Amino acid sequence: MIQWISRILVPLIVSYIIGFGILSRRPVFDDFLTGAKEGIRTTVNILPTLVGLMTAVGVLRSSGFLDTLSNWLSVPATWLHLPAPLIPLTLIRLISNSAAIGLVLDIFTRYGPDSPMGMAASVMMSSTETVFYCISVYFGSVHVTKTRYVLPGALLATAAGVVASIVIAFL
Amino acid sequence: MLNYLWGFMILTGMLWGAANNNLEAVTQGLLDSAAEAVTLSITMVGILSFWSGVLEVGSQSGLIEWLAEKMEPILNFLFPDLEKNHPARLPIAVNMVANMLGLGMAATPAGLEAMKLLQKDERKNNQASNAMCCFLIINISSLQLIPISMIAYRSQYGSADPTAVLGPALLATGCSTLTAVIFCKLMELRKAVAEK
Repeated sequence: MIQWISRILVPLIVSYIIGFGILSRRPVFDDFLTGAKEGIRTTVNILPTLVGLMTAVGVLRSSGFLDTLSNWLSVPATWLHLPAPLIPLTLIRLISNSAAIGLVLDIFTRYGPDSPMGMAASVMMSSTETVFYCISVYFGSVHVTKTRYVLPGALLATAAGVVASIVIAFL
Repeated sequence: MLNYLWGFMILTGMLWGAANNNLEAVTQGLLDSAAEAVTLSITMVGILSFWSGVLEVGSQSGLIEWLAEKMEPILNFLFPDLEKNHPARLPIAVNMVANMLGLGMAATPAGLEAMKLLQKDERKNNQASNAMCCFLIINISSLQLIPISMIAYRSQYGSADPTAVLGPALLATGCSTLTAVIFCKLMELRKAVAEK
């Protein structure tokens, strides 16, 4: 049932919106083109941010720094009952979605998607966001540099999501 | 903040690479990531402009406005500073609805639009307002009710029940969003007390 919903959701929404537009006697294709043009402009505006941030992550990862950081953090992680393979995932999740997906697929291969570890990783990906990417894209687009309490709030919400994922998956 | 973070990331990576005699890999990582960013943008430009186009059809026909009206009580609770007819209300509502449905690509343009409109209220132009902070924190807390891509990855990796993630994900998302809302409300309260 839920799988069926997942499968039809996107086509359903698209056809509902277009159908509604036609019934409202709108020039749907003209409207579409106006919006699509705006979408291209948005992507072009985001591109410099994306290049800057992904490059920084790439440098950190290839220098071996991220692995070392995970090793350092494995001691406090055992106090927190955070399973070791989830540490790099939690860290990378804050910065890059595609890199985090890479780590999740690695966990799927090693532990299986139905294992508690695989489930924790899946739930974590579903209940958290790419914190630094979101802040830089959203605030970068309006040139806000004084981000006030956004970072602590976002990290707190993410921590809640991570803890909930682990508790739910390993209980 | 980001200026320092970004600088710190680049310099740490470089120094760490140099200390471990690993600079060749660092250079390669830099080149690969820069290229990956462009590839990602090229993939995104198609999806993003398609969704923006579909959303424009929805907003011109009044469908999105109808949906946003349904969100009104939630917006009133989350953004008490926002006037009843503030132009940012619509994109905020659209962004939240799209996020709930897991349509991240549709959520981003609406979210950026909302930020732009919220920004116009701010006299100190480089400082985030309460509404901007709250909007972004709740956005980052993940509102996704149906993690479509995760279900797809799970099934690709041979899960016996790929959709088993739905219930746990809903629960965990509820936890993170609730935390975000409580945090934002506390910060708002603190500011209100400080101004008195």
